[in-house]
Amino acid sequence: MAYRYVIRHHAYTFDDLKTLLARASPLRSGDVLAGVAAATYEERVAAQLALADVPLRDFLHEALVPYEQDEVTRLIIDTHDAAAFAPISHFTVGQLRDWLLSDEADAPALQALAPGLTPEMVAAVSKLMRNQELIAVARRCEVVTRFRNTLGLRGHLATRLQPNHPTDDLRGIAASLVDGLLYGSGDAVLGINPATDNPHTVHQLLNMLDAVCEQYAIPTQSCVLCHVTTTLELLNRSAPVDLAFQSIAGTEAANSSFGINLGLLQEAWEGTRALNRGTVGQQVMYFETGQGSALSANAHHGLDQQTCEARAYAVARRFDPLLVNSVVGFIGPEYLYDGKQIIRAALEDHFCGKLLGLPMGMDVCYTNHAEADQDDMDTLLTLLGVAGCNFIMGVPGADDIMLSYQSTSFHDALYLRRVLGLRPAPEFEAWLEQQGIFNAQGQLLPASASAQLLGRLPAALR
Amino acid sequence: MTDLPNPLPAAAPAPDPWESLKAFTAARIALGRTGTSVPLREALAFKLAHAHARDAVYSTLATQELLAELEKLQLPVLQVRSRARNRQEYLQRPDWGRQLDEESETLLAGLAEQETDVAIILADGLSATAINEHALPLLQLLVPQLHQAGFRLAPITLAEQARVALGDAIGQRLGARLTLLLIGERPGLSAPHSLGAYFTYGPRPGLTDEARNCVSNIRPEGLPYHLAAGKLLFLIQQALRRQLSGVGLKDDTGLLAE
Repeated sequence: MAYRYVIRHHAYTFDDLKTLLARASPLRSGDVLAGVAAATYEERVAAQLALADVPLRDFLHEALVPYEQDEVTRLIIDTHDAAAFAPISHFTVGQLRDWLLSDEADAPALQALAPGLTPEMVAAVSKLMRNQELIAVARRCEVVTRFRNTLGLRGHLATRLQPNHPTDDLRGIAASLVDGLLYGSGDAVLGINPATDNPHTVHQLLNMLDAVCEQYAIPTQSCVLCHVTTTLELLNRSAPVDLAFQSIAGTEAANSSFGINLGLLQEAWEGTRALNRGTVGQQVMYFETGQGSALSANAHHGLDQQTCEARAYAVARRFDPLLVNSVVGFIGPEYLYDGKQIIRAALEDHFCGKLLGLPMGMDVCYTNHAEADQDDMDTLLTLLGVAGCNFIMGVPGADDIMLSYQSTSFHDALYLRRVLGLRPAPEFEAWLEQQGIFNAQGQLLPASASAQLLGRLPAALR
Repeated sequence: MTDLPNPLPAAAPAPDPWESLKAFTAARIALGRTGTSVPLREALAFKLAHAHARDAVYSTLATQELLAELEKLQLPVLQVRSRARNRQEYLQRPDWGRQLDEESETLLAGLAEQETDVAIILADGLSATAINEHALPLLQLLVPQLHQAGFRLAPITLAEQARVALGDAIGQRLGARLTLLLIGERPGLSAPHSLGAYFTYGPRPGLTDEARNCVSNIRPEGLPYHLAAGKLLFLIQQALRRQLSGVGLKDDTGLLAE
């Protein structure tokens, strides 16, 4: 079905819903590269005006990627909760935007609505919202998840400790791990990106992380971010797998370029849960996403990259994850050109994920060929703190020496917690206090050898 | 005597007591802190590293110097450009960086057809500085070895605003059985000028990354020139003998696993 909007005698026609969404999307390099972006500023606003009048029901009837061709579309349609959708089923996209910003849309209302929303509806409404509105609505959503601690509580901010090393050297990783813990990082997960997907190496890394968690009785979870098929293999070898990780995307074709499908994820989910390693919960999945991944696999079906990204959240939602984060600035300037585009995309991703009921965190990051720097990341970090982001990354000095990009540092998390009064996950905070790392007010104590951890370093460092 | 505040503020933030762990990793650990912030010395060290990386992205090929030095290798040199006209276009349009511009197409089309074994291409990629610094020391070792092994070399091509796949069009026009493309890799904070070497058997437009092999991190502090040259010679011999490159070659040799 075609959509039309007339501005001063110029009639804009948008052939179908996916074209309308793409033209309405705020400018970013990836949509230009894909040839789906609006050609002019006026066309973009015309598309937004037309999109505002589209009934939400249309999204249930017009699949952006054909139902027969794509298992993500089938997942979205087949699991849509009509009862949850009923209260807003008469809305247009524009009316949804106004309602979300109204005082009626409080945390319980948003939580109840989540299963009634599809990724495409959420992507659509985000295109009609300014940054402050994405923040204001996301801040109202509270998505709490549990494994060995409680993540996502209002007023809390967690960090993934990311102690990567270019050759997976155990001592190098352990050194960064200790550094991070002594700076109060690691409540979301102790998560290593391995340099190789070799099962033997991954197994060694898992053993090391498990030993550290055991030795210091740290109430957190560990993860080696290998391919899900490697995790499945390691489950068979009885490796200590807390969480199963996978990068996911919003179309079946893009997922297949990652070497995955819903069946594989289901298998990993069931296998990891069966280990029963959680203490306060059994949410065992960790997913990463990012705008542009479908286009880079030439699997975007003419959709804009933000809509593709929101569809990835339907995949994540299916498996009741502990953690989901977009790696927003990692993909490079051909998808998100500069600080402005990265910031906008991160706020969209956080908003869309939260509205769909996901425990969204964010890798606040950039590469050296993007037009971005630490100042842009400070801005984004602060905005996400205000928006109630569940977790950010903790990388020594913000410099990931394995992946060669810049993320957030242990110091950045301390800054954000201090200026916004945010606390770590409660169980982890109690541990930090007991170790002599934090005081009772949640502030880092002066670095002295009094921290118990330094007195008995992990085996890998002795 | 001037009244000084009492107690005197500390001159610099105290170091972290676990500084000794720095021996185990190049990661920026044990930075110390002032409040929740990184001490100034460390903050500026980071900024300097980022400045080097940014300058590398915007660096350009030192064409005159390269031409003068390449002359000594006694091979003809061609200069081509991609369709990306500047860095902004290059960064946002990877598709243009993979296509020759019109003038370059004409130049290559006008060359006499002559079958060769290896076409060497120097591409700026994301760090022209990497080419300026490392391409010649590597070629001075590798070119004589290629000659000695009996391979016929095509003219050397200097390519501006070039992505890896631009080499496919160049190699095909030059009638080469294999391209060896040296390119500036995406700069990292610790290595802003690292050289990558991609080789592709049977180059033609439309190939994707699985058709290539890569030897990366070529620089004195990474993979030194003589080791890189030895590795490349071996792999090029293999590729020409077995008439393939990419995943197939990688699976079999096992030597590429880094």
